[in-house]
Amino acid sequence: MSTTETIIRYLFLAAAACLVLGLHLMNSPATARRGNLLSAGAMGVAIAATAVLLAEKGSITTTGWIVMLLALAVGSLAGLYLARTVEMTAMPQLVSLFNAVGGGAAVLLAVEHFQQVEAAELVPEVTIPGGLDVLIGAVTFTGSLVAAGKLQGLIPGRPIVFPGARLLNVVLSVAFAVGVVWLVVQPENLLPMLLLLAASLVFGVTMVLPIGGADMPVVISLLNAFTGTAVAMAGFVLGEMTLIIAGALVGASGAILTKLMADAMNRSIANIIIGGFGTGDEAVAGG
Amino acid sequence: MSLDLLTAITVFVLGVLVGFEVISKVPATLHTPLMSGANSIHGIVVIGAMLVTATAEGIVGYVLAFVAVAFGAMNVVGGYVVTDRMLHMFKAKPAAKSTQGGAS
Repeated sequence: MSTTETIIRYLFLAAAACLVLGLHLMNSPATARRGNLLSAGAMGVAIAATAVLLAEKGSITTTGWIVMLLALAVGSLAGLYLARTVEMTAMPQLVSLFNAVGGGAAVLLAVEHFQQVEAAELVPEVTIPGGLDVLIGAVTFTGSLVAAGKLQGLIPGRPIVFPGARLLNVVLSVAFAVGVVWLVVQPENLLPMLLLLAASLVFGVTMVLPIGGADMPVVISLLNAFTGTAVAMAGFVLGEMTLIIAGALVGASGAILTKLMADAMNRSIANIIIGGFGTGDEAVAGG
Repeated sequence: MSLDLLTAITVFVLGVLVGFEVISKVPATLHTPLMSGANSIHGIVVIGAMLVTATAEGIVGYVLAFVAVAFGAMNVVGGYVVTDRMLHMFKAKPAAKSTQGGAS
């Protein structure tokens, strides 16, 4: 490891620590804003450090730089614009949208990685988390989009139940198992990846559709925890500690937060997820 | 590329435990900002997307990498800004009831 890389590794560690502290500060109204700023600062440092790391290694092509910087600019501006212009009442669906793109990024990252590396590098300790990353990330992607659509009124907020939904979910679950195992056996084959991707994208929709609009904040929180887990899996795929730490942090804290939100509504998480009954748009969320 | 798996799993398990502990008795009004804050943190995936871009090749590779990085950046920037706006609301009217939640 070169000196620069060592320094960057320590910066990553400091950033990860600040993400934890920032999240902790958000527990109380008095320190919440400071916590968010600390967390944002840490994220900025981590992104800048990654850019320096790539420059130091020198492996990235000019096209790579252009693509990356352009993507950073486009994504940041889109996020900034949406976050600044959104109505206060529309914030939960925007969070859901950001959650969707986070999950989408985790999926694309794994797909891209599998296409790039030599087949010899795709050992089970990469392909298993890779398969889970695609599965969880893709479920979150469509699930969060449906949740946002429900809150925005683009999709009816009432629970949508259709005949055969349960059977479909069983079929999809089988497809998950087949997809992950097939991917581990034949990682260089594109088919298992596509099967897994398709099944997960459909499952995200069928999971959230039967849940009423009033329960959406809890569902978004749950999907948020899912994305955290997908990001941790992406960390395993790339061998990147920062992703593992931040992903595990969000996965676990998101799960606790989901429980707290469900408790605040006097509901259990299982009760909400099974859905298909109870509340539509008209009820006011208590969380 | 793959670092020592055991180290990675150790870090993951400890990270999960930290995540469980870091959220304690949160007042209900802070649930949505906290969710949004956690949402921005998983935007760290943008780093992974950047690393993958470095080794991308071919049109498909670059397109995938572009979308991944753009998605990640959108998650980070949008997430933090919208969380800050939510928290700003608390500061402006500390006595007011939170208006977050359900349908618009």
